[in-house]
Amino acid sequence: MEHSSPIERVLRAVALTLVVLFFMFPIFWIVLMSFQTNETILRIPPSVVFEPTLSNYKALLSGRLETAAGTLELNFLRTLWNSIFLSVTSVAVSLLLGVPAAYAFARHKFRGSEDIAFTLLSFRFAPPLLVLLPLTIYFQQIGLANTYIGLIWVYQLICLPLILWIVRGYFEDISADIEYAYRIGGHSWFATFRKIALPLAGPGIAAAGLLAFIFAWNNFVFALVLASADKQPVTVGALAFVTASGIQYGQIAAAIVLSITPTLALALYAQRYLVEGLSLGAVKG
Amino acid sequence: MASLELQGIVKRYKGQAVLDDVSLTVGDGETVVLFGPSGSGKSVLLRLIAGVVDPDAGRILIGGEDVTEVDAEFRGVGMAFQNFALFPHMSAFDNIATPLEARKARPDAIRAGVESVARLLKIGHVLSHKPRALSNGQKQRTALARALAGEPPLLLLDDPLRNVDAKLRFEMRLELPRLLATRGATVVYVTQDYKEAMALGDRIAVMAQGGIRQLGTPEQIYLEPASIEIARLFGDPTINLLDVKPSRDARGIFVGLSNVQVRLDGASEQAVGRDCVIGLRPEALSFVGPDTAGAIPVTVEAETPLNEKVVTLVRTVRGREILVSRPAGTPGPAQSAAHLAVNAKSALLFDRATGSRIGSGRRREVAA
Repeated sequence: MEHSSPIERVLRAVALTLVVLFFMFPIFWIVLMSFQTNETILRIPPSVVFEPTLSNYKALLSGRLETAAGTLELNFLRTLWNSIFLSVTSVAVSLLLGVPAAYAFARHKFRGSEDIAFTLLSFRFAPPLLVLLPLTIYFQQIGLANTYIGLIWVYQLICLPLILWIVRGYFEDISADIEYAYRIGGHSWFATFRKIALPLAGPGIAAAGLLAFIFAWNNFVFALVLASADKQPVTVGALAFVTASGIQYGQIAAAIVLSITPTLALALYAQRYLVEGLSLGAVKG
Repeated sequence: MASLELQGIVKRYKGQAVLDDVSLTVGDGETVVLFGPSGSGKSVLLRLIAGVVDPDAGRILIGGEDVTEVDAEFRGVGMAFQNFALFPHMSAFDNIATPLEARKARPDAIRAGVESVARLLKIGHVLSHKPRALSNGQKQRTALARALAGEPPLLLLDDPLRNVDAKLRFEMRLELPRLLATRGATVVYVTQDYKEAMALGDRIAVMAQGGIRQLGTPEQIYLEPASIEIARLFGDPTINLLDVKPSRDARGIFVGLSNVQVRLDGASEQAVGRDCVIGLRPEALSFVGPDTAGAIPVTVEAETPLNEKVVTLVRTVRGREILVSRPAGTPGPAQSAAHLAVNAKSALLFDRATGSRIGSGRRREVAA
């Protein structure tokens, strides 16, 4: 480490604290809101001093929302489960398809390979609304509208290009000589892919998978149009809190806290794999 | 054991030929060194032999069998890479064991095989380490051990000493020939270091621009280089090259160096009257007294002692710089004005326009 004066270190700590505060404040505020009633949330001026309540979480978990206008049926847990199921399955399918494809694009330069890879990436350029209308019509005709399979299929537009392009870079970073060495040792290309390429690209695959998971989890517009109430993920389900008798800020906050928990937990868990070096001293640097 | 035969190998990348009609035969148990500057196609040629790169034209025969269409894993060769190419997620033991595992050897046979080759290369104590915990020398030995473990009849070594320090390189240069001899394998060895090439090769193939420019024993390459380019690649300090125009009189062929007639007894008649370049190895020059016949007057500019030899930079009357080397401990010039004698037998004459050596087949007795 370089030497730095105490003043420098203090200033750096202050700067870091400010940055962290700036970015973490919305999340912090949401967490506070989730323990308040609508009345305390809408107080002017706002205050961090309040009497915490678990009523928001209770309402979400029990599925019954008591409002001034009466009782409202909520399906939050169902949407949470939908989110988990859709995201996990989509990422799994994407990994299954994308990782071998990424390997092929990284190692075999065949005619048109760059064009195909770029076309796959270009799916991410198109505004989702542009594809949605024709997609909805097609899906209704072939009976995929409002099915998990249909949604998972559409989610590939989000996950597959991401995984393909990130993992491809990691495969390209593995020295071809390492794979050559394994093949010359008498192993088939498939064994080389399984025993050499996959483990070495592991951190990259984990990173890409995590990123794809987050994108899938946060997706709103595809699910809004293509899924009905029982297939909706939390992002769409949160709309239910905008009720006739007003916006239920407390419940929204609690729903957000609950819905970011899985991604947050996953990110924290995967972190150590992400930072692990790729080449690990394989070749001379 | 296996011989190796390459027939008319052509390899192009993006329309550019990196190997242009290369043919080479390596005898059973022979060590052939592919020597040349980077970009001359040595490494590509090695990868073609290993089977991880396919040629655009030509045939590859190992042990008399055409393997051009055979995949790398079935060719049964061993290869060590310049960058070691160890598997970073496996221990040294597992690295070395991979060729044995591929043959579905029993665990105890694998253990015995790995340990015997590790003992040979003196890395028995680091077998449990991952590559990142190994020193460069140990990595290099692990890579060699992995190449040797399967006891391949044909061994391909791609500049394995490139990335190790000078001391280790020197040690390995001494150790490798013995190691390779115990295996009895046919070896193709790639290097950019002429000393390594001379120390290890039964024969050397000098490569440049995708072709083999000269093929011969280390002695032949050193004493009878086919061209100026090759003469310059071998030898340290490098060969002195001076423009001359040989003439002849009643006593034979001579060249004028600094207005002194230097007799070239062995020179070819073809050189007479042509624009030539004379190649004088630094050790073919010696300091003599001013009265010696054919002595060239020079001025001593600098002297560098290099342990076993002393290299002197001198300047001729016409201002050309020449390097002279002599064994350490032998007397050098006493003052800055000195005289040089040329060992005419080891002088090399090259055509200035084409760069190729003039007159061949005459130097055999010099070599002996």
